[in-house]
Amino acid sequence: MSDTPRTPAEITARVKALESLLTEAGIMSPEAVDRMVEIYEHEVGPQLGAKVVAKAWSDPDFRARLVANTSEACKELGISGLQGEEMVVVENGPEVHNAIVCTLCSCYPWPVLGLPPNWYKDPQYRAAIVREPRTVLSRDFGFDVPDSKEIRIWDSSSELRYWVLPERPTGTDGWSEEQLAALVTRDSMIGVGPTAPVGAPA
Amino acid sequence: MNGVFDLGGTDGIGTVDVPADEPVFRAEWEKRVFPMFALCFRAGFFGVDEFRHGIEKIDPAVYLKSPYYEHWVHTIEHHGERTGQLDLDELERRTQHYLENPDAPLPVVESNPELVDFINAVVPAGAPADRPTDKIARFAVGDVVRVKRDSPFGHTRRARYVRGCVGVVTAAHGATIYPDSAGNGLGENPEHLYTVKFTSRELWGDETADPNASVYFDAWDPYLELATTEGAAS
Repeated sequence: MSDTPRTPAEITARVKALESLLTEAGIMSPEAVDRMVEIYEHEVGPQLGAKVVAKAWSDPDFRARLVANTSEACKELGISGLQGEEMVVVENGPEVHNAIVCTLCSCYPWPVLGLPPNWYKDPQYRAAIVREPRTVLSRDFGFDVPDSKEIRIWDSSSELRYWVLPERPTGTDGWSEEQLAALVTRDSMIGVGPTAPVGAPA
Repeated sequence: MNGVFDLGGTDGIGTVDVPADEPVFRAEWEKRVFPMFALCFRAGFFGVDEFRHGIEKIDPAVYLKSPYYEHWVHTIEHHGERTGQLDLDELERRTQHYLENPDAPLPVVESNPELVDFINAVVPAGAPADRPTDKIARFAVGDVVRVKRDSPFGHTRRARYVRGCVGVVTAAHGATIYPDSAGNGLGENPEHLYTVKFTSRELWGDETADPNASVYFDAWDPYLELATTEGAAS
């Protein structure tokens, strides 16, 4: 086992060598790689979670179904899949703020948020968010949660995939789901940031 | 196993580096590695729990300092060798070849459309972990439970920071694949899964804990016992 991290040139060569062997063995192909990358670069991302949140804000019946069985409700919008087979949305409210983490690896709800940002997978966030959540949110993300609000951290230690249903911003009465979805940031669904500021409806 | 990957509550490793924006993949090699998880899973290299355990066995210094997708390379190599599907000596020879000839092309093989079909099928379908079981759930919502102190040497999801701590069961999810079995190559052996709420005070003590915070942690039936002494659960 190597005990020093590889240089960029070394990791590039190592991966190319690995790909060459796996390709010759029929295990992978350039077409399969390109398709998988295309899906997670362009098709599956936080815009899907935003769509779900906007619908939940607009449709109380859908919201109830979403909270009762998140994965089934997401399927109504054609949203499902890898690393989100059993999703659980957790609701922010006046008394409670939620955020997600995976302290043991990097579990993240891919079908609604896409692939995680690097900081989510890095040791620093995984170490600190369970220990001093309010400090991490304020110091590292510039996101202040008042002491009066309980912070709940959801550590994804099983195959359940948690994500956050943020509060609907005030001043959005009468907005369409499309307009509302534009306010839903990735970070607001992780729980490390606010929804976007409310301007005039687009 | 007790290892550096089990990061919850670790101090002294710095603040979170949050760039304003970044691409989904930061380098071309990351794009090549990402699909290997699904494709090597298809080829029988590992289940997801074994995949994680392969990452846990990385040299701790490398684990903490290497880019995320390099972890994947390590576990794919580990399980490729373990299952007899990858020759690490040949991998080393080819690595040297590409180091000395970075522009040398990949081998060209006849395309297999089944691999693209697999990707298109598995991404929306996923691979659910829930399983039927005859076992009786030993706990119910509202139970006050303690995470046993056990420190297995193999794969487990009982993070150190919750061991010995007392919390309240907030949800019971039925049975799923048991990582302490599946991750060690011992079969799925489904166990009941619960979510347990721990107050920060219970996890970190009154002196340093946020007085108004909690952690929700998923735990399998064998991780837990009914608490016989009061903790900070209430």
